[in-house]
Amino acid sequence: MAHGTHEHHIIPLKTYWTVFAALIFLTVVTVAAAQIDFGALNALVAFGIASVKASLVLGIFMHLKYDNMMNRVIIGSGVFFLLLFWFFSIIDIVTRIPQNSTL
Amino acid sequence: MSTVKSSSTGHHHAHHYESADHEYQSSKQGVWLFLCTEILMFGGLFVGYAIFHHLFPETFKVGSKFTDVRYGATNTVVLLASSLSMALGIYYNQIRDKNKAVMALLFTLLCGVIFMVIKYLEYSHKIHLGLMPGDWYRGNAEELAQYVGGLEIPKNLPLYFSFYFMMTGLHGIHVLVGMGLITWVTIRTARGEFGPEYYTPVEGVGLFWHLVDLVWIYLFPLLYLVS
Amino acid sequence: MATATAHHENSNYLNHEKGLWSWLTTLDHKRIGLLYFITVALFFLVGGIFALLIRTELYSVGETIMTAEQYARVMTYHGAVMVFLVIIPGIPAFLGNFFLPIQIGAKDVAFPRLNLLSWYCLLLGAGIALTSLFFGGADTGWTFYTPYSIKHSPAVICMALGVFVAGFSSILTGLNFVVTTHKLRAPGMTMNRIPLFVWALYSTAIIQVLATPVLGITVLLLAAENIFGIGFFDPALGGDPVLFQHFFWFYSHPAVYIMILPAFGVISELITTFARKTIFGYTAIAYSSLAIAAVSFFVWGHHMFVSGQSEFAGIVFSFLTMLVGVPTAIKLFNWMATLYKGSINLSAPMLYALGFMFLFTIGGVTGIFLATIATDVHFHDTYFVVAHFHYVMVGGTLMSIMGGIFYWFPKMFGRLCNDAWARVSFVFIFVGFNVTFFPQFVLGSLGMPRRYFDYLPEFQHLNRISTIGSYLIGIGFIVGLITIIHGLLKGEKSGPNPWGGKTLEWTTASPPPHENFLTTPVVTAGPYEYR
Repeated sequence: MAHGTHEHHIIPLKTYWTVFAALIFLTVVTVAAAQIDFGALNALVAFGIASVKASLVLGIFMHLKYDNMMNRVIIGSGVFFLLLFWFFSIIDIVTRIPQNSTL
Repeated sequence: MSTVKSSSTGHHHAHHYESADHEYQSSKQGVWLFLCTEILMFGGLFVGYAIFHHLFPETFKVGSKFTDVRYGATNTVVLLASSLSMALGIYYNQIRDKNKAVMALLFTLLCGVIFMVIKYLEYSHKIHLGLMPGDWYRGNAEELAQYVGGLEIPKNLPLYFSFYFMMTGLHGIHVLVGMGLITWVTIRTARGEFGPEYYTPVEGVGLFWHLVDLVWIYLFPLLYLVS
Repeated sequence: MATATAHHENSNYLNHEKGLWSWLTTLDHKRIGLLYFITVALFFLVGGIFALLIRTELYSVGETIMTAEQYARVMTYHGAVMVFLVIIPGIPAFLGNFFLPIQIGAKDVAFPRLNLLSWYCLLLGAGIALTSLFFGGADTGWTFYTPYSIKHSPAVICMALGVFVAGFSSILTGLNFVVTTHKLRAPGMTMNRIPLFVWALYSTAIIQVLATPVLGITVLLLAAENIFGIGFFDPALGGDPVLFQHFFWFYSHPAVYIMILPAFGVISELITTFARKTIFGYTAIAYSSLAIAAVSFFVWGHHMFVSGQSEFAGIVFSFLTMLVGVPTAIKLFNWMATLYKGSINLSAPMLYALGFMFLFTIGGVTGIFLATIATDVHFHDTYFVVAHFHYVMVGGTLMSIMGGIFYWFPKMFGRLCNDAWARVSFVFIFVGFNVTFFPQFVLGSLGMPRRYFDYLPEFQHLNRISTIGSYLIGIGFIVGLITIIHGLLKGEKSGPNPWGGKTLEWTTASPPPHENFLTTPVVTAGPYEYR
């Protein structure tokens, strides 16, 4: 069995604070972007910014950037199978013969 | 299961592991697998949201008008700050600074409390307007139309509040569980049970708390900023 | 690390600690495995009684022993108990818990406390689900299809919350197995040397971790739908009942492989040991388990061809479903190649393995009929489907549980079962099974719908044959149970390796000592080095 070193990687304080600043900045950007109409891209913009924030949290706060490959694979497969779930459900919804909704 | 005291670190690790690091890496992998299940569980709600938002964009647009971006944004900042302090709690344990670690963890806990108080204010506002999920919806269409500046109130507006309460409710339960776990590791930190060679529980609870933050990062634009 | 406790000559996991309390608080994976054995066996008895009640009702046209309302409930509890409380925990949590750590040379699973917790989750979940009986019982079928299941029924709420809690049991077992397989292998036990049973359990564990959470949210939504009427699945609010089926089958189709993959693993062990021959195509069998686990997530829509799913989605799912046949056939062909020119020993475990191959092949091939949209439209919701999945679940999983029990019995208890009586149980189960379910293929293709307590008079002959077959299965399991109890009490003492197995569990004492091995084994070769 392969083991990592006994010294765990310690991320410097400055990095944590920088990431926090970036996250706050991106939150402001999210709110600001919501005031602008990008048309069909609205959801994509909001989701894109959220994903940048998420990867900062995952990479630095959750130490994934310095972690072993397996933990990245685990979280990646969670996201992948979620997308799969979404994908196959939505292709059913969008390819159904349109019904006249009473709503 | 017995424990073995390793001469170099002074920390106990379970007998079926070879070393403290072996145990640390295994435990952390277990936590990541658990987070993976959390993602898929919340994911079910996100998939539902994506589908119904696609089918009824107006319902979601009008529904989101009843949420207050100021509350949502404040809570986002609160949770981000708590994530930072959680990471710092681990950092100070890694460099064996017990007092600062306890301070950081207590601050995290405080953020959790603030988050729940704001959530409580939001919930009581919605319940006051009768904006409850599904059958419990008591909204008066005319009154509500005034509230959102004369927009037409969609017939299935309760569906939006079903999503709102299911998503924030499940998230809120996670915040409460996380607060309980943080209390536990704070006490253990204060007792001096952790140090650079052993801080696995703080790391695990930290990962869980960050995940709660991650979910909120997505919930915020979905529920408060739907255009 | 040296084992600190001094091992007495006769010290083993059974007498390491004494008393009921030591069992209820045990962290030993072997004891937890046995706790699961007892629990699952009891639930199997309950589910089996429901099954016999169903068949007895169907013995004759019209009301035989129960009303239509009672029948719907009996059918629901038969399905729910058998699926959630018997077949899903059956092999992984019982045989897997016991043998996965031993087969990879570990002292325990990675998280012994979570392992014990998982057992309590199963009990608690079962308890919550059974409280539904105080509310008149659920009659929705184990699939809880909406909109019928969202009529504010307290019984459905209890069932849903019970399934939610029991789901944690499955998740914790899976999580434990993944980390154990990754991190606790003995020195020299590379991933290319782990036994095929471990590969199968590992693949299963991945599905348990990835799919069960979606079941969790599905049943939570179902409960919320009954309590609040949230409307996700309710057309009155623009919700979509078919969406429930997407949610449900995203878990429940992969769950079919949670049920069958461990069975494949058991069969791989049995075939190679009783053919006394190195397994043919180790790598192919190992990776086909992973392939099945992966493909299982792409195919759930084949349960929904006639439920209002779009035609396009149906075509996509139909095509993808055919892919499952490939890794499954790889396994079957490799087992056959292993048998070829082997010195085959027809002891009871091997009979069960051969029975499995026969029955599973029929179950698998009829699956192709159902995966094809054109034929599925005819077969859907008929007894053809019932026969198909019983051939897979009972003919597959239960046969291999029985084979696995008789194979590992000497290791678990240090005693031998009477092989002749074990074979008798096989004959009854195998013959009874075919007598029960083969006529159902015919009934289904003639158009007899499933789930009803009555049928047209012309179906009576075949139904009578089917019912008589079910009694034969019942006798077979009773004979098997008596054989096991007799083996426990009076069985001949067994040495460490009665079958000449090559995997690590056969190198330690029978029953194994508290921490499995007196010294940590060092592995220098693959798992099945016969010749």
